Amino acid sequence: MMSTTVPVSGARSDGSDDKRARYKMVAENVSVHYGDYLAVRNVSLKFPENSVTALIGPSGCGKTTFLRCLNRMHDMTPGSRVEGRVMIDETDLYDSSIDPIYHRRKVGMVFQKPNPFPTMSIYDNVVAGVKLNGVRDSEILNEIVEDCLKMAYLWDEVRDDLKKPAIELSGGQQQRLCIARALAIQPEVLLMDEPASALDPIATQKIEETIKDLSSEYCIIIVTHNMQQAVRCSDYTAFMYVGDLVESGKTYDLFHNPKNELTAKYVEGQFG
Amino acid sequence: MIHSGLLLLQRDHLGGRVAKAGRPPLADKLFKVGTTLAGVYVLAIIAIMVMHLGSESWPIWEEEGVAGFITGTDWNAVEDRESFGALPYILGTLITSAIAMTIALPLSIGIAMFVMIVPKRIGQPMGYLIELLEAVPSVVYGLWGLFVFRIYFRDLVEKPLHDAFGDSIFLFSGTPFGLDVLSASIILAIMIIPTISAVSREVMLAVPHQQKEAAYMLGSTTWEMFKLAVFPYSKAGLIGAAILGLGRAIGETMAVTMLIGNTIGAAAMPQSLFHPSQTMSSIIANEFIEASPASIHMPALIGVGLVLLLVAMLVNIIAHYIVTRMLRVREGAIRN
Amino acid sequence: MSGTDSSAPTRSAGRDARVARRAEIRAMFKSNVKSRLTVDRVMLGVITACAITAIIPLFWILGQLVVGGLPALNWEFLTGEPGAVGAGSINVGPAIQGTIIIIGLSSLIGIPLGIGAGIYLSEVGSSRMAKQIRFFLDVFMEIPSIVLGLFAFLAIVLLLGHFSIWAGAFALSLIMFPIVARATEEQLKMVPWTYREAATALGLTNAAIAFRIVLATAKRGLLTGILLSISRIGGETAPLIMTILGSSQFFSSLDAPMDALPLRIWRFSLLPYEDARLAGWGAALVLVVIILAIHVGVRYYFQGRGGSGSGSGGLAARNTQKVNWSIGGRQNR
Repeated sequence: MMSTTVPVSGARSDGSDDKRARYKMVAENVSVHYGDYLAVRNVSLKFPENSVTALIGPSGCGKTTFLRCLNRMHDMTPGSRVEGRVMIDETDLYDSSIDPIYHRRKVGMVFQKPNPFPTMSIYDNVVAGVKLNGVRDSEILNEIVEDCLKMAYLWDEVRDDLKKPAIELSGGQQQRLCIARALAIQPEVLLMDEPASALDPIATQKIEETIKDLSSEYCIIIVTHNMQQAVRCSDYTAFMYVGDLVESGKTYDLFHNPKNELTAKYVEGQFG
Repeated sequence: MIHSGLLLLQRDHLGGRVAKAGRPPLADKLFKVGTTLAGVYVLAIIAIMVMHLGSESWPIWEEEGVAGFITGTDWNAVEDRESFGALPYILGTLITSAIAMTIALPLSIGIAMFVMIVPKRIGQPMGYLIELLEAVPSVVYGLWGLFVFRIYFRDLVEKPLHDAFGDSIFLFSGTPFGLDVLSASIILAIMIIPTISAVSREVMLAVPHQQKEAAYMLGSTTWEMFKLAVFPYSKAGLIGAAILGLGRAIGETMAVTMLIGNTIGAAAMPQSLFHPSQTMSSIIANEFIEASPASIHMPALIGVGLVLLLVAMLVNIIAHYIVTRMLRVREGAIRN
Repeated sequence: MSGTDSSAPTRSAGRDARVARRAEIRAMFKSNVKSRLTVDRVMLGVITACAITAIIPLFWILGQLVVGGLPALNWEFLTGEPGAVGAGSINVGPAIQGTIIIIGLSSLIGIPLGIGAGIYLSEVGSSRMAKQIRFFLDVFMEIPSIVLGLFAFLAIVLLLGHFSIWAGAFALSLIMFPIVARATEEQLKMVPWTYREAATALGLTNAAIAFRIVLATAKRGLLTGILLSISRIGGETAPLIMTILGSSQFFSSLDAPMDALPLRIWRFSLLPYEDARLAGWGAALVLVVIILAIHVGVRYYFQGRGGSGSGSGGLAARNTQKVNWSIGGRQNR
């Protein structure tokens, strides 16, 4: 039903003009198959540095699936297959000669449902990824914990109980802990899969503030089905529908001046 | 759904079985009583069993005293000089089971991990094979252990160990014949691996995939993912799996009977890995038929059986408690 | 996506310092990925070794059974009267007959009780009572079989005054019924509630619901549980020692001692004669072939259904196939 042309503007990545990495991440012709099912069809998108890009669309449109491609999270799903390229800086995420672990150092991810390690303390949760990278110096670890918890707006609430098990935090706090944990590996890209969908309005507001604050320092890609949220915290928005990328552009333009009829209907709330 | 249920009823099952309104459905009452009896049967059996074993072993408790019987090491069935103590067999059971569990636990967790991470077409057949290992009867393990395994094990493992460390480390003292604590423990380990690995696998599968994703997101290798996400989360369940394996080992009879050397009395005290011994179940298997109901020999054996029953139930209750608790928490562990 | 040109405005004062500090910290990260991947591969090797180590005994035993037992097999061996040990011809006719009879008899006792208890747990009992009984069934399942043998001896052999098939069958039924009960319960749980609701709406009695609909729907899985419990008791030896005792005669009465294959194998192992050993391997081969045939048959016939209710006990067998290990969720699909 859709004959969507990919609305990525600018030169193709083989052109030299974009090589100065204005774009942190570039997805080229990405398709995802689950067995015979085509979940994401030939999506190309560029993600600029130091800004927030929102992926919106009705549930089942493939936005989460696409987001997971950007961190090779489909590797562990039997029967799934990803085609196309995802460039991060100069390297292809799907280059089979490079283990995804190398890329995951650059990409942090926050999931839909808060998933701190329940048996670990708050402190250990934050430093789990740092320790994997061989950093043992406790001063550095302390600094990272404080910084990341502050960035996630959690520091003031937990500064005195860093040894408390993560499981004792509330849902919203757990999710902010997960953000801190993702930030602790010092990523350049932050992927967020509906990070506030399981949270109450107040916790949601805190998460959105965090995202806005971080937006000047990271390339953030956030999946949301909440259009207000996309308007509130993103600079760019891409609209997906049944596996296709329908339209993308600056958030303001996409919501106020959509080029595609389907996008217009969606942002007006005619379906979803 | 309801619709399809109705269709099924009409097609296959409806022939005149509808209860007439107002008539007390007698079949229904019978059904309820019957199934309730079947349900309560297990409670009755356990109660009667404990009572029976207790009353039939009464003479030995009277004769030796509870403490005397449990801590005694004599085992003499000769008329007029009867004296019975169960300590060597209690220790034999506990020690062989503990060694077996120590060997089987790491192997089983390794197997469970293997089955989890390799592609299904390798993992599934491997799972089946491990299951078949459990299907082999105890007496066949015993036969193989007695006539095949023991010979190789004695010559290739026990003798070199004894030659190297026999004088210095007490564990390796005693001339190895292959009929001893260690070989019985190894056979036991082989036999409890399927249990421990199946339960370990299940408790590790119960770890929510969000936990695994979190670990991968941080850049873990698969092994690091297990260390970060799986082991901490399933620790209690793995301990439960180990205890469940211990419970199996404690009750195992035939293979142990055929391999442990079957000494009695003080000689059965487990002194080293290469020393023959005896377990609670093996002494019953070996002597029960010859014991005269007229003497206190039979009450002594029944007393051993009672101790075995209580130990096995205790261990299994603990394991059961830990494992079910662990499996119940699975999703609930993360509040939101 | 259309790009912007202006570099993002600094929203907070410390931004550049923070970005710089992050780069510093990032520089402290060790380039240890290679060594970590090596560790990962070594661990994969270790767990592969674990898996292989564990199945070596299986193949070793099976190989030994074939090598050691095949020469003993012939029609006479399987059906004949046992000869005198040491005189050249030993047969296991009565043992095979005894095993079949005793499995049949304990099934007659154990299966109805097990199914009844399973229905009680799933359909009849209050949830509190069912929980208690389920717990005791699970504990009972793990009671050493030799203790069950002792109990059967005290309860039946002493009562009747002699060893008998009844006592053995009673002992084995005690092993069987909790397995069948838990398998029944697991299967019944899988029957959708809507079936029951529909049946109740039609005015069917509870009895009719359980037997006609629920059991009919669950019968495949139930059969699996029953077959696996049969394979389990078929190999039991310990409880038979003090119940059926062993015999060199063919079947005469349920009230008399009898032989059984596992018991006979044990007795053979105690004898110092070469032909006893050969007969032992032969008998063990027959026993293992029967048991593995049940297992493999169940596995193939009910492929993908096998998990629940296996003789390995309720805890281990449940759910193994429902849970998918994959970390990649399809939850958004």
